Amino acid sequence: MIGLSHYLTVAAILFTLGVLGIFINRKNIIVILMSVELILLAVNINLVAFSTHLNDITGQVFALFVLTVAAAEAAIGLAILVVFFRNRGSIAVEDVSMMKG
Amino acid sequence: MPTVHSVLPTLAPLLPEIILSAGVMVLILYGAFRGEKSVEGVNVGALLLLLLAFFVVVSQAPGVKVTTLSGSFIQDGFSKVMKALVLLGSAATILLSRDYFQRAGIDRFEFPILVVLSTIGMMVMVSANDLIALYLGLELQSLALYVIASFHRDDLRSTEAGLKYFVLGALSSGMLLYGSSLIYGFTGTVSFPGIVSALNESNAGFGIVLGIVFVAAAVAFKMSAVPFHMWTPDVYEGAPTPVTAFFASAPKMAAVAMTVRIFIGALPDVTAIWQQIVVFISIASMALGSFAAIGQRSIKRLMAYSSIGNIGYALIGLAAGTEQGIFGVVIYMIIYLAMTLGAFAIILSLRRRNEMFDTIEDLSGLSRTHPWLAFLLAMIMFSLAGIPPLAGFFGKFYVFAAAIEAKLFTLAVIGVVTSVVGAYYYLRIVKIMYFDEPKAPYEAMAPGLRIVLALSSVVVILFFVLPAPLRGAAEAAARSLF
Repeated sequence: MIGLSHYLTVAAILFTLGVLGIFINRKNIIVILMSVELILLAVNINLVAFSTHLNDITGQVFALFVLTVAAAEAAIGLAILVVFFRNRGSIAVEDVSMMKG
Repeated sequence: MPTVHSVLPTLAPLLPEIILSAGVMVLILYGAFRGEKSVEGVNVGALLLLLLAFFVVVSQAPGVKVTTLSGSFIQDGFSKVMKALVLLGSAATILLSRDYFQRAGIDRFEFPILVVLSTIGMMVMVSANDLIALYLGLELQSLALYVIASFHRDDLRSTEAGLKYFVLGALSSGMLLYGSSLIYGFTGTVSFPGIVSALNESNAGFGIVLGIVFVAAAVAFKMSAVPFHMWTPDVYEGAPTPVTAFFASAPKMAAVAMTVRIFIGALPDVTAIWQQIVVFISIASMALGSFAAIGQRSIKRLMAYSSIGNIGYALIGLAAGTEQGIFGVVIYMIIYLAMTLGAFAIILSLRRRNEMFDTIEDLSGLSRTHPWLAFLLAMIMFSLAGIPPLAGFFGKFYVFAAAIEAKLFTLAVIGVVTSVVGAYYYLRIVKIMYFDEPKAPYEAMAPGLRIVLALSSVVVILFFVLPAPLRGAAEAAARSLF
């Protein structure tokens, strides 16, 4: 029987993969955008699993909002990436380094 | 099961948001039809909209506490003050930006529209009374801010700032969501009053603690508090200067308001869990803000570290978790807003023909070429350093007093020590302005900059003469949360 904890574990693993993908990745910014999506989808699994478990519709409503916002976020992220590429001619992570803190 | 509404919810508490939303759509259409010719009109329109919303917010009756939209939106004394601050910050940004963008050749009508859109997001953040509304407000704000950061789209530094801000902002939104999903799962509700009644010290298990930690990390990101501050100096340096002024003002107000809403509004009974996190964030921010700023050459970077430090001081009040502490937070944010906008108005006026200057050396000898400008910047710097009788001293005084009242002696002592360290770099600017060799004079200030500088200087210099109105507002705001 697959229970709540299984779903939470999958979501936790996906979330961790997403965070690691942002920090460990040294190659390409597109991979970072994919990692962001992974994080949001992990959250959705969490929300829907809790929603079913609690027999409460709010979690699923929340998940729909998250999906909508994720689409808008991806569009804006790609747009910023395109203007950056025009100026820099590269989307490698190590080239995002004009300013060093 | 929640009941389905067959009638419209009460819309009166949403009036400022509705005015801005409807108005910004008119502005978008106007801009889209008139094209580049509409820049002037859209700027004026956006400014009028923000001021109209400001007056609507200020004229809301004091002491009322109304929730609407099935309890997901709250209007109270706290939301009133923080919304007024957000709207002032945004209106000031439009005044500050006009001249700069014209000279940089990027005066497009999208900028004021994006500012208004992000302002709507901030107002929803301030008034959110459940996790969904909070997330949607935060994202409306952030999505507009990502675009604003890379607004100078032919400039590598600006687009790089936008990209960095986007990646780290998206990550922090993800953390906020993950934390929210855990809080929802372990309390069974997303509404703040629901969470309050579902949670207490004894039943807060590991899931709740994890959720609170994720949410705390995310709000620290949005406030640019240590250890999640790394984006701040780069984004502040890379973005066009009026955008930096915006980032340092209105979104900071909204982020602090959101933090207070979450911790005081939704988690008041589990103080033991989040208090140590807030204390740590506060100490780390104050320390980093004062030590890392010492070696900076760019004024924008210096202001970034200064804002990190200031958030640390404001968080002292939150760590206290008392009504007096929140009073300190609100009054600190009011004064911080005035100091930041005044400082940026002066930074934006360092200009000769079309060249902008933004290193600290460019201020040298300012007292001889522009005595008034130098005097006002000196006052703002003294105020940031916390020297009485200027406003910054009172901001620090109230949060330290609240910390001592709440028996957080270490926090208060560290705060005093770091503000002494911080005074070094603020006073160094005064020294450079008054004792170094002057450079060629700069051009006269644009009218928008003058207005912002005049208003913020009045608050900074004359706060001690008549503190009652601002104190009263902050007291009402703090009272409404307890």
